[in-house]
Amino acid sequence: MDVINLEPTEDTPKVILDKDRQVFEISGRSLPEDAAEFYQPILDWLDEYENQVNPDTKFMFKLEYFNTASSKLILDILSKLEEIEGASVIWYFHEDDEDMEEAGEEFSDLVDIPFDFKTY
Amino acid sequence: MKYIYDLHKVMLKQSLLLVYEGEFNQEITKSVLAMAERNMDSFGEQRKVKTKVFNVMMECIQNIVRHSESYQEDIYGKNNAIFSLAKTDDHYFVLSGNPLFTTDIEKLESRLKEINLMDKLALKEEYKRIIKTGRIDPVRGGAGLGFIDMSRKSGNKIRFDFEKINDELSFFSLRMTIDRNPNAGGDD
Repeated sequence: MDVINLEPTEDTPKVILDKDRQVFEISGRSLPEDAAEFYQPILDWLDEYENQVNPDTKFMFKLEYFNTASSKLILDILSKLEEIEGASVIWYFHEDDEDMEEAGEEFSDLVDIPFDFKTY
Repeated sequence: MKYIYDLHKVMLKQSLLLVYEGEFNQEITKSVLAMAERNMDSFGEQRKVKTKVFNVMMECIQNIVRHSESYQEDIYGKNNAIFSLAKTDDHYFVLSGNPLFTTDIEKLESRLKEINLMDKLALKEEYKRIIKTGRIDPVRGGAGLGFIDMSRKSGNKIRFDFEKINDELSFFSLRMTIDRNPNAGGDD
């Protein structure tokens, strides 16, 4: 499967989706003007991955900021992960960032996947 | 050129760290956020507070970008609005203002009043409800989600008002307050 490897920018996160290396990561800042456009290739990648999943998929979110437009797309990603057997989320938040911790808790309420919370 | 001095005095008197007036787009959003961030870093603002201010600014400016239209370009230029960040000993204020059609006020005002009536838990549930069920229009945003998020992150009520510009247009002013000592509690 192709690897998605996007360098972070001022308004988009770093993204690595690499089945062979078992790295699934979105980190940094997500405030693109058009979140739907930015996240579409990631959702497409997950659709393809769903047909050839690894035994387990630890998907890591380590976000510093995300805008409300991105929140819907993050939920779309989580909903795709819900369909993937053996998928779980590792939600990182800075130890001083209660809002990011709470955001993770809210996402975990909305989908049925195990969440592991970690601070950095 | 006395207006330069006057402007300087207004900025000092109102504790304005930065003011941007003009067209709003994604490039400007990034520049204004970067400037505000460097500004807060320069006096070592605590991370917790900085993050909240950044979040509120981000939603505030992107709200302007999403809803900006060119109203009577001869008066307002293209997509013109104003954004400012102010800092006092105890608070940050994220301020914005933009023209809108007077006929759009009623809907906006009733939504803002609804949001202001919600407590922390109600805001949380409303946020979850919208991201789960509401289709967010990529251009216009969704059901006040930006305002709900600003309200949650700031921990304070949304202050707003409308001034008449002319027969067709009004000016919408918004002020969000972020406490510099979050543990002291907000004004709610």
